[in-house]
Amino acid sequence: MGVKLLLDKANVPGIRTYDVYRREGGYSAVEKALKEMNPETIVEEVKKSGLRGRGGAGFPAGMKWSFIAKPEGVPRHLVCNADESEPGTFKDRYLMEFLPHLLLEGLIIASFALGSNDTYIYIRGEYAWIPDILEEAINEAKANGWLGKNILGTGFDCNIHVQRGAGAYICGEETALIESLEGRRGNPRIKPPFPAIQGLWMRPTVVNNVETLAAVVPIIHMGGDEYAKIGVGKSTGTKLISACGNINKPGVYEIDMTVSVEDFIYSDEYCGGIKGGKQLKACIPGGSSVPILPANLLLKTAKGETRYMNYESLSDGGFATGSMMGSGGFIVLDEDQCIVKNTLTLARFYRHESCGQCSPCREGTGWMEKILMKIEQGKGEMSDIDLLWDIQRKIEGNTICPLGDAASWPVAAAIRHFRDEFEWHVKNPELSQTSNFGLQHYADPIHIPA
Amino acid sequence: MGMQFNEIQMTEFKRLVARYPEGKQKSALLPALHLAQESFDGWLSVETMDYIASLLNIEPIEVYEVASFYSMYNLKPVGKFVFEVCQTGPCMISGSDNIIDYIKQTLDIKPGETTKDGVFTLKLVECLGACGYAPMMQVGKIYKEHLTKEKVDAIIAEYRQLAASKN
Repeated sequence: MGVKLLLDKANVPGIRTYDVYRREGGYSAVEKALKEMNPETIVEEVKKSGLRGRGGAGFPAGMKWSFIAKPEGVPRHLVCNADESEPGTFKDRYLMEFLPHLLLEGLIIASFALGSNDTYIYIRGEYAWIPDILEEAINEAKANGWLGKNILGTGFDCNIHVQRGAGAYICGEETALIESLEGRRGNPRIKPPFPAIQGLWMRPTVVNNVETLAAVVPIIHMGGDEYAKIGVGKSTGTKLISACGNINKPGVYEIDMTVSVEDFIYSDEYCGGIKGGKQLKACIPGGSSVPILPANLLLKTAKGETRYMNYESLSDGGFATGSMMGSGGFIVLDEDQCIVKNTLTLARFYRHESCGQCSPCREGTGWMEKILMKIEQGKGEMSDIDLLWDIQRKIEGNTICPLGDAASWPVAAAIRHFRDEFEWHVKNPELSQTSNFGLQHYADPIHIPA
Repeated sequence: MGMQFNEIQMTEFKRLVARYPEGKQKSALLPALHLAQESFDGWLSVETMDYIASLLNIEPIEVYEVASFYSMYNLKPVGKFVFEVCQTGPCMISGSDNIIDYIKQTLDIKPGETTKDGVFTLKLVECLGACGYAPMMQVGKIYKEHLTKEKVDAIIAEYRQLAASKN
């Protein structure tokens, strides 16, 4: 069993309520932070911890905090990004639903460190039942003196508000989220200025993912140095992985980033192997945006080394032979899955979610969907595959926000690693409608552990 | 002027606005539209949007452009219950196509349509963050997960009964 810092108490009956959470030692990190530490020393501990943003980008959280501007007389804000919308990702939902007070504890400490008196949780609109859970937890925390005025006699005031989005993947991008929080369409802003200088209502703002903020609690408890000892290299601490697709045990797992991908998929502690005893075909290891990897490159790097569930190892080989940790949305595809169809559903997703601001993304995502649809329906031509490649290349890097990249990468990786399957669809327009390409990519049988 | 919030709804509206600093009441627009949609038959008419604009003291166009951007706001009338079935990658590889076909067949409607009795609307949606519990759909505030044909039958029966008891 690996180290658990976030979900160690998840199975305690009633942990969702204040009384049980407090009895289990909850809010002692707030006590420590507010009484024994000051904003600077808290930021310092988070820096030392090496905690990287858990939303997908992996940017060092402590560094992000240290960028916040502090102009005289201007309020600052912390915003919790709970817009979790990356296909394959459902870890923040789990944290908020089952451990709402853990998130609040992290939020109070971070608000204190950043000087935010009004902190907002922006949660995706579809998680419609979770704001009730969070608001109940906020009321409990307030009734017990952890929120409101003059918390623990420190003179620090803090209120936490929950705002629902209304169905827009783009609002997970921090500047689009801020626009949405201001009551507008979720069109990302051009950076700079970064939110740390001009964010919500043009005030200095830090936007952090739910899991990132929850991780602040163990960091305060154990200290940044101790936290950094867990994991490996720049992948410090623990990471929540939401595993889904054709596996025996889908769900949310906390890992300490030293587990191998193979163990993660096949061991009973985690995914429990491929459903129905089938073979592994491919996997999207970090949410739908990151490159899909064929089984052979997933389990071992191009150099033949074991691949591990951490930032460095998952990206080993760059996009040529590697992928990314991303949001931790781990999507497993078995031998019966069609890569063209899977890529089509993702292309449709990005076309649907493009905000329409930048032409390459607005137009390109629609073109990619149409061409993939054509190939999937057995009406494609060989030149369509090159055209797809060309379009994705012209979107990537040419848009205001990373949605353009996120839309390009899945298409690029699918063609890069599974070009023969696309060609098979073109060459076999009828057969491809009733049968699938299976594991023909693999000259050698895929390694399956005993 | 047709629709207006009743007293309870108005109290909730005021609570939403109070979360934001003085002069930033426009920030309450998204939650206010959710409240309006719940209060007025599950969709936002132009009249409703104009009403929200007047309450927040903003231009109607500021409401229209937001309401048309976000996928959860219905700009046309919908049935009493909307089945929003996820069709994105993780649900697709877990068999959502079969579930969608089965719902279409059982309710005899296409995506975007409402049953003749006005009870159900079928909507295909993109990833709702329930990938580990796929296939799934959302009905109102609730997620229905691990869907099978039998489960779909039971859900339809459940909401039919609820609709009948509301009449």
